[in-house]
Amino acid sequence: MLREITLGQYYPANSVLHSLDPRVKLFGTLVYIITLFSFDNVPLFAMILIALIGVIKLSKVPFSFMVKGLRSIIMLLVIAGLFNMFLTPGITLVELGPLKITDVGLINAIKMTSRMVMLIIGTSVMTLTTTPNQLTAGLEKSLGFLSKFGAAINVDFHVHDIAMIMSIALRFIPVLIEETDKIMKAQMARGADFETGGLVKKATNMVPLLVPLFVSAFRRATDLAYAMEARCYNGGEGRTKMRPLTYTSLDQRAYICLFMYIILFYAVKAVL
Amino acid sequence: MNDNILIMDHVSYKYSPDTAYEVKALDDVSLTIKKGEFIGIIGHTGSGKSTLVQHLNGLMRATEGHIYFNGQDIYDKDYDIRSLRTQVGMVFQYPEHQLFETTVFKDVQFGPKNQGLDEKEQIKRAYEALTLVKLPDEFYLASPFELSGGQKRRAAIAGVIAMKPSVLILDEPTAGLDPRGRDEILGLISDMHEKRGDTVILVSHSMEDVANYVDRIIVMDNGRPAYDGAPKDVFSHYKELEKMGLAAPQVTYVMNDLKAQGFDVDTSATTVEEAKEEILKMLGR
Ligand SMILES: Nc1ncnc2c1ncn2[C@@H]1O[C@H](COP(=O)(O)OP(=O)(O)OP(=O)(O)O)[C@@H](O)[C@H]1O
Ligand SMILES: [Mg+2]
Repeated sequence: MLREITLGQYYPANSVLHSLDPRVKLFGTLVYIITLFSFDNVPLFAMILIALIGVIKLSKVPFSFMVKGLRSIIMLLVIAGLFNMFLTPGITLVELGPLKITDVGLINAIKMTSRMVMLIIGTSVMTLTTTPNQLTAGLEKSLGFLSKFGAAINVDFHVHDIAMIMSIALRFIPVLIEETDKIMKAQMARGADFETGGLVKKATNMVPLLVPLFVSAFRRATDLAYAMEARCYNGGEGRTKMRPLTYTSLDQRAYICLFMYIILFYAVKAVL
Repeated sequence: MNDNILIMDHVSYKYSPDTAYEVKALDDVSLTIKKGEFIGIIGHTGSGKSTLVQHLNGLMRATEGHIYFNGQDIYDKDYDIRSLRTQVGMVFQYPEHQLFETTVFKDVQFGPKNQGLDEKEQIKRAYEALTLVKLPDEFYLASPFELSGGQKRRAAIAGVIAMKPSVLILDEPTAGLDPRGRDEILGLISDMHEKRGDTVILVSHSMEDVANYVDRIIVMDNGRPAYDGAPKDVFSHYKELEKMGLAAPQVTYVMNDLKAQGFDVDTSATTVEEAKEEILKMLGR
């Protein structure tokens, strides 16, 4: 059950997307998100959809993995969609008692839901094909200009520290999930009940799970801090990488495709 | 027939089925466990020992096969799986990580409380269990987080036996303890087995531990039971065990070497005590 959280989970496969430089993927995701929130007609929407489908095909990750991330927010989507549908003013299409569906509302609802769904699937494609380590390395490098800029105006943006914190946090997600699973089982073996009961009862039933989980998270944090200290970690300054990021011809081709996509998108947008 | 307390019938289990992460952790396992047996499960890391025992109290659900407790299929729709969990007590690897209450005593009371027993009975059970694991009474009202590793382990074990399970499963109860702590915990388990006649299943890496206490050994290899029998029968396959990354107890090697050197000894001794007697007998004393 807990293992079904896919956000931030890597799916190993041997695909073009997996071997791309993380910076390309980050940039691509950014472009994708911007276009996703700026389309305003059907041809543009179709274009984004085709691009997404193409990328999914390229990734070799089973589609079911990407949809898993949707499951947790499905209620949110439905509620937001319904609100949009019923509460937007416009020309009434259908009347259900006090509620009316308007044309603008219907279009808004469809637009909003498809945007959210495609946003989640699109970002899942990136996290599923990029290991957390690559991701933070890419982020650190892409944001490197910030530290140079910061040095010029005497502000420290802590780019390295933030990237380090992120990679540790990402690294610990599966560890904590596993730990939760273990403690949950141990308490269930003592007759604990995490499923039945009302909201208050459910919340109090969580205590036997949460206390050991926090204790273990703090223990791990301390251990990790000592281990880093013992290896003379002292921040990003002068630190080199074992595998520095370098662009290959594959990455160049990917960038060309991305720029073509951007040009095409805005050309179509300007024309229509 | 009636004394088979647990039966596993062609049980298989896969982690993350149908994905790139698929692992077949149990592969068509069939076992019967009799009431009152003291069983040791050994096997190298990742051979499926923990997965196997977690099936026995319904914490994990087999992808294939059936499990029967006292003759009833635990996967039946109307089977009360929570009551099964209190009857088949399970002490996990590093059980001290499950402590959460403000005092040791309250923590041990947690299991009986979940069983729906009244306050008086809960206290009685907790007291009995803590006495049984020989935790000094000055710790009863201490916070469980203030105890030492070995004391925490005892408190956690007490938390499970306070439910009075008829089958007690312990997954590497001695991991990370010093030799003395290890002997004390194992002695305690074996005492409980003798006094209360419970069925005990002990998962362990250490051949010595297992050889000294149990009367039946199951060797797991790649998700299947490879050997199943009395310690001396299982350890007579010590060459095959080595191929699985395991080893027989030291004395098995000593006795086999003695035999190879031409001394007339019986190589089936598995504990130091038995070996001593065998050697003395051979020397004619
Ligand atoms: N939560 C999990 N998800 C996926 N695979 C798992 C999980 N837990 C265990 N496995 C795999 O299942 C197999 C059996 O694991 P199991 O924990 O039962 O081994 P074990 O015999 O108890 O090992 P150990 O002696 O290290 O405790 C291993 O190959 C392991 O990698
Ligand atoms: Mg194990």
